[in-house]
Amino acid sequence: MTLTTGIMVGGIYALVALGWVLIYKCSGVLNLAMGELTLIGAYVTISFYSWGVPFVLSILCTLLVGIILGILVERIFLDKLIGEPILAVIMVTVGISYFFKGIIEFIWGTDIRVFTPPVFSLKPFSIGFLKISTVYFWSFVLAIVLFLVFVAFFKYTRWGLSMQATADDETAALSLGVSARFVYAASWAIAFMSAGVGGALLGNINGVTVSVGYLGLLVLPAVVLGGLNSVPGAIVGGLLIGVLQNFAGTYLDAYFPGGVKDVFPFAFMTVFLLFMPYGIWGWVKIERM
Amino acid sequence: MNTTGEVQAGEAILKLEDIYMAFGKVQALNGVDLEVKKGEIHSIIGPNGAGKTVMMNCINGLYHPQKGTIYFKGQKINGLSPHKRAELGISRTFQKLELYGGMTVLDNIRMGSHIHLKSGILSGSVFMGKTKREEIEERKFIEEEIIDLLEIEGIRDQVAHMLPYGLQKRVELGRALALRPEVILLDEPMAGLNLEEVEDMARFILDINEEERWKVTCVLVEHDMGVVMDISHRVLVLDFGNMVDDGPPEEVGKNPKVIKAYLGEEDLYITRR
Ligand SMILES: Nc1ncnc2c1ncn2[C@@H]1O[C@H](COP(=O)(O)OP(=O)(O)OP(=O)(O)O)[C@@H](O)[C@H]1O
Ligand SMILES: [Mg+2]
Repeated sequence: MTLTTGIMVGGIYALVALGWVLIYKCSGVLNLAMGELTLIGAYVTISFYSWGVPFVLSILCTLLVGIILGILVERIFLDKLIGEPILAVIMVTVGISYFFKGIIEFIWGTDIRVFTPPVFSLKPFSIGFLKISTVYFWSFVLAIVLFLVFVAFFKYTRWGLSMQATADDETAALSLGVSARFVYAASWAIAFMSAGVGGALLGNINGVTVSVGYLGLLVLPAVVLGGLNSVPGAIVGGLLIGVLQNFAGTYLDAYFPGGVKDVFPFAFMTVFLLFMPYGIWGWVKIERM
Repeated sequence: MNTTGEVQAGEAILKLEDIYMAFGKVQALNGVDLEVKKGEIHSIIGPNGAGKTVMMNCINGLYHPQKGTIYFKGQKINGLSPHKRAELGISRTFQKLELYGGMTVLDNIRMGSHIHLKSGILSGSVFMGKTKREEIEERKFIEEEIIDLLEIEGIRDQVAHMLPYGLQKRVELGRALALRPEVILLDEPMAGLNLEEVEDMARFILDINEEERWKVTCVLVEHDMGVVMDISHRVLVLDFGNMVDDGPPEEVGKNPKVIKAYLGEEDLYITRR
């Protein structure tokens, strides 16, 4: 049960991790506003849901809002920074995160909100000898479906290929007909979408509070573990963090009461990076230099 | 498609007028002119740091000169970004390889042609009709013609960054060609190649320039004097951003100023072929 729950939640982390990896791959930027994006997604979905929009449709609306916000943010804050040092851009994402935090408090306040009526029951059901709670199961399925959609977009569309090309060699991509502005806007749009839906799914499990934003940030270890520039790494990292977190919650909480569940993945990441500084798949980079 | 009308063979397709480009105190280009005629191979030579690569970057839009005008087919293109210039028909290779290292040879070449696809979806049998036909035509074009021409059949599915240097150079040419450009900028395509590879590359360049199927105008930056003098129609000589000479190779090769500025000693001028 601990393991399966971990994997289920890990699927959602993988989705959020994808957003992180995308922006890093395409523009070399570590987007520190990711936690807030996750939280915004959760609030947007719950708002639609409370207006009577069915859950899956609410998710689709969140995707739409994600696209719009992503493009807006890229255009307003980041477009002018193309060519500036990466650190400057990362600092701007910190600024953006505070900006969003303010907006969230302004619009939605800080109270906990839950999806009413509940979308999925918490009742576990069994597959063979496995017991899985319904809400985890469907959240996992939704996360994976979306993840696959993004990957297909990457692989089989001209836009996705343009993004890959830019990630691989920006100078060449520019010179061969790829618009950098398009690629950046697209990567932010997808990051907003994946983080937003990830947030919606997490919020659906535990209720929507600021802590969903922390969970979005919790994905950072997942991304770093997988190797910042690796999509498969995002999956493995996401699942690993999900499992670790749940095991820590189940077995360590008795000894270290409090937030051990949320701290443990960071502690693990730190130790892990001491031994594998480029993450599981990140080493491709070293080989190529 | 092109509002300025077609340029006839022998007319100027690319024109640079009085180009100035400085980086801080380094004057990389100091009032340079260049007129490339359609159908020709126009080479740019000069010692290290002469401004050859900077010139290529100005033509394709990676750099924007501080002064001067660039025309492509009669249209001023100064303000256009590189991808717009690629769409107009200017393609290039790089002095330091810039392949998509993580992709296969075929995907690298496909990426070169992607700007010609009108629909966004590249494959998958679900998407029928126009998309599909376009895709098939595209693939045929790429696979049969470019891969045949460059003799890279055997490595089409290999990952680019694993290939030997000489082959990577060749794949880069293929990718640039897949754009179906009217003008191709080649920045030292022979650098680092062995004798046999240099000969192959020279042959490929002549093929894409002369063969009816391609007829691509070339701007060639190259240090290998033998090749340059052999295959160029015209040669521009740069020295620290200044124009030293511009003319047919036979004349340029005799100009004492050129010999002094670039060729330095006569023995540099001995061809390798
Ligand atoms: N981005 C840049 N920033 C600063 N200086 C630059 C930049 N690009 C080129 N330069 C300078 O401009 C001058 C011309 O460089 P360029 O690369 O065009 O030389 P080149 O003729 O291509 O030489 P080589 O044969 O070595 O390739 C050099 O002094 C170089 O240092
Ligand atoms: Mg150069």
